[in-house]
Amino acid sequence: MSEADLRNFNVNFGPQHPAAHGVLRLVLELDGEVVKRVDPHIGLLHRGTEKLIEHKTYLQAVPYFDRLDYVAPMNQEHAFALAVERLLGLEVPRRGQLIRVLYCEIGRILSHIIHITTHALDVGALTPPLWGFEEREKLMIFYERASGARMHAAYFRPGGVHQDLPPQLIDDIWDFCDPYLKVCDDLEALLTENRIFKQRNVDIGVTTLEEAWRRGFSGPVLRSAGAAWDLRKAQPYECYEEMEFDIPVGKNGDAYDRYHIRMEEMRQAIRIMKQCLEKLRSPEGAGPVSTHDGKVVPPRRSEMKRSMEALIHHFKLYTEGYHVPAGEVYAAVEAPKGEFGVYLVSDGTNKPYRCKIRAPGFAHLAGMDLMSRGHMLADVASVLGSIDIVFGEVDR
Amino acid sequence: MADRESLEDMASHIAAQLGERVKDSVIAYGELTITVDPMDIIQTLRFLRDDARLQFICFIDICGVDYPERPRRFDVVYHLLSPRQNARIRVKVEADENTAVPSAMEVFPGADWFEREAYDLYGILFSGHPDLRRILTDYGFRGHPMRKDFPLTGFVEVRYDNDVGRVVYEPVKLQQEFRSFDFLSPWEGPDYVLPGDEKADG
Repeated sequence: MSEADLRNFNVNFGPQHPAAHGVLRLVLELDGEVVKRVDPHIGLLHRGTEKLIEHKTYLQAVPYFDRLDYVAPMNQEHAFALAVERLLGLEVPRRGQLIRVLYCEIGRILSHIIHITTHALDVGALTPPLWGFEEREKLMIFYERASGARMHAAYFRPGGVHQDLPPQLIDDIWDFCDPYLKVCDDLEALLTENRIFKQRNVDIGVTTLEEAWRRGFSGPVLRSAGAAWDLRKAQPYECYEEMEFDIPVGKNGDAYDRYHIRMEEMRQAIRIMKQCLEKLRSPEGAGPVSTHDGKVVPPRRSEMKRSMEALIHHFKLYTEGYHVPAGEVYAAVEAPKGEFGVYLVSDGTNKPYRCKIRAPGFAHLAGMDLMSRGHMLADVASVLGSIDIVFGEVDR
Repeated sequence: MADRESLEDMASHIAAQLGERVKDSVIAYGELTITVDPMDIIQTLRFLRDDARLQFICFIDICGVDYPERPRRFDVVYHLLSPRQNARIRVKVEADENTAVPSAMEVFPGADWFEREAYDLYGILFSGHPDLRRILTDYGFRGHPMRKDFPLTGFVEVRYDNDVGRVVYEPVKLQQEFRSFDFLSPWEGPDYVLPGDEKADG
């Protein structure tokens, strides 16, 4: 066979593949077993979220955010709520802020458990998912007890959160915190020094810091490359300013560093949760959980049954909704996967004129080609796992 | 986060350096927005990225916004972040269906998929983009779904046809007309007098 007859191999990875984390079709160009080019075909889960939001009132748009990154739903709602509050000029009461921060950190743990354990599954470890999902179930129950739904909570609403937490729930979350650190230790004992886990992750999917900035990477992927950048510290929202926590930063920008960062972030999240819980129990943490502006937040049901004014507000808010002043804002939160932003354009009516969702996973998946080139075919699963892709937010 | 004063500083610095290229510069809701001509976008982005004082090195987002009533109907909105200044900036250019906007990929390689998305959803063209394909919609999709004149329900629906043994595309048939309510009712401050209200002042 002459040299001209040699050609690269094109392989389809997905759309249904256990390591594709959803519906992803990767078209891989291979030279032998070495990856020459990766072309992710996305959009198989595209639901037109942004278009739908343009046809819904501001309150009706909230549940769509649960369905983006469905492993950490409340973090997404948070970005939308912040954007709407900025346009309306609303201040969330202190208790509402504390509850939001508490549930954001629960969401972070939810997401990191899924990521670490399924990533371990991708590279061959079966036990971590079994251990991790048990803890995840407990956190889901906390979601359910606060909002009534295990996943699609619609709990963070513009103006605050939907309902107050029962005192027993605060105690139960407190009881969860310390034992969970032990679970983290156990997971680390399984993975951190594990020979196979290290062989599959160290020096895989390396990014430089400059590349990471220019490609719009954020969250653990950016921090693994050495940037001490976290929106919770850099541009604090809610009451993150008064929380004490550390930002883990990597050195090598590889998949193994990302794993370490996520592991440490879970411990830091527990630290933040405990501070929130203490503040929620103290007298200064008492009070309303959402603003009293009757033009934005609907009245309590008991009030609605007695007061004509409240009844009118209730009716108008659940039919017409509220009008948001014209303008545009970009609000971003440090979601578990990176910077999740909402670019909201309002034209002064009761529906958003444009709501662009900036998902961290979208930028990360766009960088798959860069991170996988020159690696072996088997490493593609590892790279894909390490950037923590969830198709709900990539495809929107 | 940058306060208003530092944003004003930044705006005047940008205006001084870029001169007439900056057509508009607004600070609203604590965010700086500048508007430039599509032809100047690459220079603007490069300046914002490389200027020693600004250092907007982090690419965040590119998206389209549709205003069908305008002669140049699209806004292409770029979001950048400066970790150095701890500030964000928004750069806007206007475009329409026919004029292409230069691709930002040479300045920010991360722009790749975001420009493909803007092309897919709005039909905004980016010149110099190496691979301007659809990204989110179906293979063989027609139209640009995020345009304001594209109906929410779309034009075709798919189902699996047992007889043919594959997925077939059919025109959308709605059991019930899509309901669009007039929510702009006069709850607060209507600029017209409701029937009957004229007696109140009489």
